[in-house]
Amino acid sequence: MILSVRDFAIGFQREGQNLVAVDGISFDVAEGETFVIIGESGSGKSLTGMSIAGLQPPTAFVSGSIRFKDREMLKRPDAELRKLRGPEIGLIYQDPLSSLNPVWPVGDQIAETLVAHGLAGRTEARKRAVEMLERVRIPDPRRVTSAYPHEISGGMRQRAMIAMALAAGPSLLIADEPTAALDVTIKAQMLELLAELKRELALTIILITHDMGVVAEVADRILVLYAGRIAEVGPADSIMLQPSHPYTAALMTSAMISQTPAKQELNAIVGGAPGLGAFPSGCRFHPRCPRAQDDCKAIEPPRRKFGAVELACHHPIEAAMSLQVARS
Amino acid sequence: MALLELDAVSKTFSQRRGGRAVQAVAGVSVAVGKGETLGLVGESGCGKSTLARLALKLVDVTDGRVRFDGIDVTGFASRRMLPIRRRLQAVFQDPLASLNARMTIAEVMREPFDTHGVKLGAGLEARIRELLSFVGLENIDIQKLPGQFSGGQLQRIAIARALALEPEIIVADEPTSALDPSIQAQIVNLMLQIQRKRGISYLIISHDLDVIGHVADRIAVMYLGTIIEQGTADTIMQRPLHPYTQALLSAAPTLAARRQVGWKRIMLTGDPPNPADVPSGCRFHPRCHLARDICREKVPPLRAMPGTGQMVACHLAPEETARAGAEVGRARRGLAAAS
Repeated sequence: MILSVRDFAIGFQREGQNLVAVDGISFDVAEGETFVIIGESGSGKSLTGMSIAGLQPPTAFVSGSIRFKDREMLKRPDAELRKLRGPEIGLIYQDPLSSLNPVWPVGDQIAETLVAHGLAGRTEARKRAVEMLERVRIPDPRRVTSAYPHEISGGMRQRAMIAMALAAGPSLLIADEPTAALDVTIKAQMLELLAELKRELALTIILITHDMGVVAEVADRILVLYAGRIAEVGPADSIMLQPSHPYTAALMTSAMISQTPAKQELNAIVGGAPGLGAFPSGCRFHPRCPRAQDDCKAIEPPRRKFGAVELACHHPIEAAMSLQVARS
Repeated sequence: MALLELDAVSKTFSQRRGGRAVQAVAGVSVAVGKGETLGLVGESGCGKSTLARLALKLVDVTDGRVRFDGIDVTGFASRRMLPIRRRLQAVFQDPLASLNARMTIAEVMREPFDTHGVKLGAGLEARIRELLSFVGLENIDIQKLPGQFSGGQLQRIAIARALALEPEIIVADEPTSALDPSIQAQIVNLMLQIQRKRGISYLIISHDLDVIGHVADRIAVMYLGTIIEQGTADTIMQRPLHPYTQALLSAAPTLAARRQVGWKRIMLTGDPPNPADVPSGCRFHPRCHLARDICREKVPPLRAMPGTGQMVACHLAPEETARAGAEVGRARRGLAAAS
């Protein structure tokens, strides 16, 4: 396992109250896989992703353990975390402008990562920056090295951000909604590029998203997060094609629009995801769950093995039934 | 007769500081019939949102005519538009941005009645309650501000407000794009219910092909300010004939496509086009894998295909594109490729 997360919790103090955003989650990520964390707004998916890279907000309180290549990441001093980000862990975001400096040529920024980590001298670093831009299929990389971020197109910026994240040769890439702001045809290019880079550079990828189309394409394993707790975790095919947790099934139904006869009502769940500090008792999904019974309101479902997946649900959908859900 | 008709409309924006003029919409004709849903798809910068604003008369056309229920409203100033506006309402992508953040929900809901001089007196609050409950918001506190509601609730409020004066058509620009997936399905259902109960028409603009394919009767695909393909939702989703439509449909894999071994997409190279720099001939040719001399030289007209009534602007359709289109349609539905 390249990454082991155990009983990880993160929260904030607000007006003297402890508000827990992610509440004791555990999972492993194997080397070389694409591990996708699915969740809606407020599920804690980005907080989890950022904490793996040691980038949780400084005001947050954390507990549990995040071990990356046998190093404990939580409560590690900032200076040491900085040394890991780049050579060990690369990060990409939805908005490339949040990681690119607007007043610095693109190539210099990539070169600087290498110089800062002592991986190359200035001249060597510049050469490798051009190679990196070539690697992310930027046509005319020499021109782009000396361009400022605003001088290149959105798609090129996205590629430059990926080049920067991967320049120092990390083994783990954390991608937080990397395609959310992109048009479908550009999104498709990004996904193909990530798949190619993953193969070429033997990357492990943790992808955080709420886009089921993206998940369908790239996921090896999936973790479904709901209101700071794990609903379901397991192989992508089981989770997408035969969801056992009613919440996952609902997410997939909205993604299965193309399978529903035109103009027919979709199998939507009611309500919205609860906000921080307003998580319901028992199973946190129970107020929206079509299968909820009394025990769901009172007792938090323990995590258990169910077929090919692990889930936290008192009344999961049996495999034969979930196929029906998928067809309906 | 069509309820809303855009007849060869164009919109040119002149850039400040003497920059080049940008033609965002270039000679587009679309019509929405009574009770019908027209879906308009395209990527950023294709002009679809400008087209929505032309339809709503929020901006004036540079060329062409806009007709509502047979009335030519092209030159109508806002005072003459007022009675038309009652019948033609809008819903936008980000409800928090489109509702005034300092107004309570009661004030937000009351505004359309005030604007159009509809006096309900003591009946106003009951009417507001009725509208909100129609969109599934029975017990909300209408003295609260928009910021105190979730995105899904706000989109319902925006829809309730649009319905206040019982319009005949709603122009919805990316109505589900800013919402979480479980909320998107709710809003899709709500829009379908409204149509079933009230026989309303929709012009829905979106980049989300799944949503458009599900709710629309007919679909028009825009590229760089022009319509490149138009037809019934079934033909566009199952047998697209324009290489761009095919690329769009195959770019976003469905869950069904995942089940197939060897599923492959039609990949577009290059960046989305720039409306300030329109290519010669077919506007799509620099990104088209089929492009040849005629495509670089001659603008393909939008022409009807025999039999289906599908309209396509491609020199090579249907002869060289039909097979690929059928494959794309099958893959989306999770069917294996035809041998």
